[in-house]
Amino acid sequence: MKTFRIGGVHPAENKLSAAAPIREAALPKQAVFSMFQHIGAPAVPVVKKGDKVKVGTLLGEAGGFVSAPVYSSVSGTVSKVDVALDASDTRRMAVYVDVEGDEWEESIDRSTDLVKLSDRPDLDAKTIVEKVKQAGIVGMGGATFPTHVKLSPPPGQKAECVIINAVECEPYLTADHRLMMEKADEILVGIQLLMKAVGVEKGYVGIEMNKPDAITLMQKKAEKYPNIEIVPLKVKYPQGGEKQLIDAVIGRQVPAPPAIPINVGAVVQNVGTAFAVYEAVMKNKPLIARVITVTGKSVKQPSNLWARLGTPFRQLIDECGGLPEDTGKVIGGGPMMGKALISLDIPMTKGSSGLLIMNGQEARRGETRPCIRCAKCVSACPMGLEPFLLSALSSQHMWDGAEKNNITSCIECGSCAFTCPSHRPLLDMIRLGKTTVMGIIKTRAAENAAKK
Amino acid sequence: MNKLIVSLSPHVHSGDSVEKNMYGVVIALVPALLCSLWFFGMGAAVVLLTSVCACVFFEWAIGRFILGRKELTVTDGSAVLTGLLLGFNLPSNLPVWIIIIGALVAIGVGKMTFGGLGQNPFNPALVGRVFLLISFPVAMTSWPESGSMGYSDAVTGATPLFIMSQAISNQDASLLAELPSALDMLIGRTGGSLGEVSALALMLGCCYMIWKKIITWHIPVSILCTVFVLAGLLHLVSPVYADPVSVVLSGGLMLGACFMATDYVTSPMTPGGQIIYGVAIGFLTVVIRAWGAYPEGMSFAILIMNAFVPLINTYCKPKLFGEVKK
Repeated sequence: MKTFRIGGVHPAENKLSAAAPIREAALPKQAVFSMFQHIGAPAVPVVKKGDKVKVGTLLGEAGGFVSAPVYSSVSGTVSKVDVALDASDTRRMAVYVDVEGDEWEESIDRSTDLVKLSDRPDLDAKTIVEKVKQAGIVGMGGATFPTHVKLSPPPGQKAECVIINAVECEPYLTADHRLMMEKADEILVGIQLLMKAVGVEKGYVGIEMNKPDAITLMQKKAEKYPNIEIVPLKVKYPQGGEKQLIDAVIGRQVPAPPAIPINVGAVVQNVGTAFAVYEAVMKNKPLIARVITVTGKSVKQPSNLWARLGTPFRQLIDECGGLPEDTGKVIGGGPMMGKALISLDIPMTKGSSGLLIMNGQEARRGETRPCIRCAKCVSACPMGLEPFLLSALSSQHMWDGAEKNNITSCIECGSCAFTCPSHRPLLDMIRLGKTTVMGIIKTRAAENAAKK
Repeated sequence: MNKLIVSLSPHVHSGDSVEKNMYGVVIALVPALLCSLWFFGMGAAVVLLTSVCACVFFEWAIGRFILGRKELTVTDGSAVLTGLLLGFNLPSNLPVWIIIIGALVAIGVGKMTFGGLGQNPFNPALVGRVFLLISFPVAMTSWPESGSMGYSDAVTGATPLFIMSQAISNQDASLLAELPSALDMLIGRTGGSLGEVSALALMLGCCYMIWKKIITWHIPVSILCTVFVLAGLLHLVSPVYADPVSVVLSGGLMLGACFMATDYVTSPMTPGGQIIYGVAIGFLTVVIRAWGAYPEGMSFAILIMNAFVPLINTYCKPKLFGEVKK
């Protein structure tokens, strides 16, 4: 069974909502659209208070090449353009829309008929990338990197294959799993579009063995497309990490930063992104909604919801039985890499793959003990780093040492802190060190450039 | 609404703990513990009880009264483990006051001086044992024979290691005929420190620790293989050097390889480093046993290599993801 070669852990899977079919969430009364739903430059609002918008109306245009436009997912009136608390727990620019009815832009094809690639011989790579760019599609696994950038390899780099990330290695989350079960045909067309966009003949879909039904279904559906291979993978976290997935599927390791996947010929896209690409290109539908898993041990009805972007998280929780009495922590994303939210009024964004509600007991960290040098963090690290050392160097502000020991290679997967018997906050310290070292490197580069 | 807890990811934990690891090793020591009670009876019970109680007491007392710590570390299991391992390394007729001194040196000098759990460069139990060996050489090397069940009235006799060193120093291979059979050494029907005699029980415990992922195979296997190969070569060169099977099964080798050298705090962090460390311990043990002043070299070999661990850690880095193969 294929998997990545270095490190990894196996957290309890807790896929409580794996059998729950995707259901449509109700429309919110007010939707809030952050202009920061992606990595890169923020979108720039193009509407003002009092403007009438429909589903699919442009609210904010891309603020640069590495950026993405934001569309309205509801119809109604813009009530204000102001800051709002977003999923990164920061107050940033957003557009507020008071919802009235559900009126869609006429250019959007709302039918559910499958459009195959063969139905659209007019499509070429450039058109597809342009469509993806216009639709505001970003990496939907949670990284939210603008998809059209990944589909535009830098000069001199040639893609050899597209790898679809359907690993969903985060415990609890089942959004990608359910999407495959219910939209397999559309996803496969989306993959073909992605392959055509980067001009490759080979596509892989990496799925972990804890989703045997999805593997069987995708394999059956993919029989028609001999150049798309479904690759079952051994269950191991963080297999959904881009570098780990490439290693697992095609056995190539992306070198340390600044190298990127295209350097080994791979373009990796999330399975949700493939579906969004299908809808954008074939149905002319911008990215306005996505699947989100709302789950937790105390949640009455763990669910997978098809929810409009901009819907406040509180409403999604209410649709799944309400906020449990014993709630201690609400996490945007999965338990390994997700972010603890400071408010339930935060609206969902393009990267919202899950809402995990933990009770007070689960939410608290264990008592920190001295490092006993057991080396379990070293064997868990999927990047071949020494977390105990990086953490110690960071806590002592020894930035040179941290840089020498490759702190910038850390992917912040949390395997080290997960496995530490002494409950040491390894990743907290490493994050501090990584951010500082990256700042130092940037400053140094700027100084060197100034000297020349 | 109740307040939300906010912290950075990861939000879940494996559930592993210091206690689980420490008591896991204690469980792994149970077979050897039972063997020691079976072969040395009352003596083993007195020595082990004294050693464990004294270690726990000194950990508590030093933490409380000298270091002034409010949160005490006695319950984490590491003092119990040090006490057990120290006791395993002592003859079953050692006077109680000597054991208490050993425990004080093990916990006080070996561990708490450096700041307690996780900070010590040397294996605390071995620091205690070697201190006693140098301070009380006669008491520390008069080992009761197997089956000598009493404490104060134990019958002492020659251990396999003593026989081996006699054969080497007299250059007389015929002395090796007095060695117990391999089967006896495997089971533990032989003289020696109370916890080291049964190689079989110790191996069983070692397998348990590897199965429970408390330790990896690298250190024990590299030590045992190195000793077997080097002892085999010496045996081929001259018959005054005992056969490799007897060498591997005798003395504190198995206890050292499985339980002392694998101590988390004082062993290297990477598999590569652990193999270097293991091979070096095996090499030093054979050298000390063959040509050193003491019949047993395991304790010294481990302590010497403990001192090299920081260097080994600096030299042996894990392979970075994406690093180009050299």
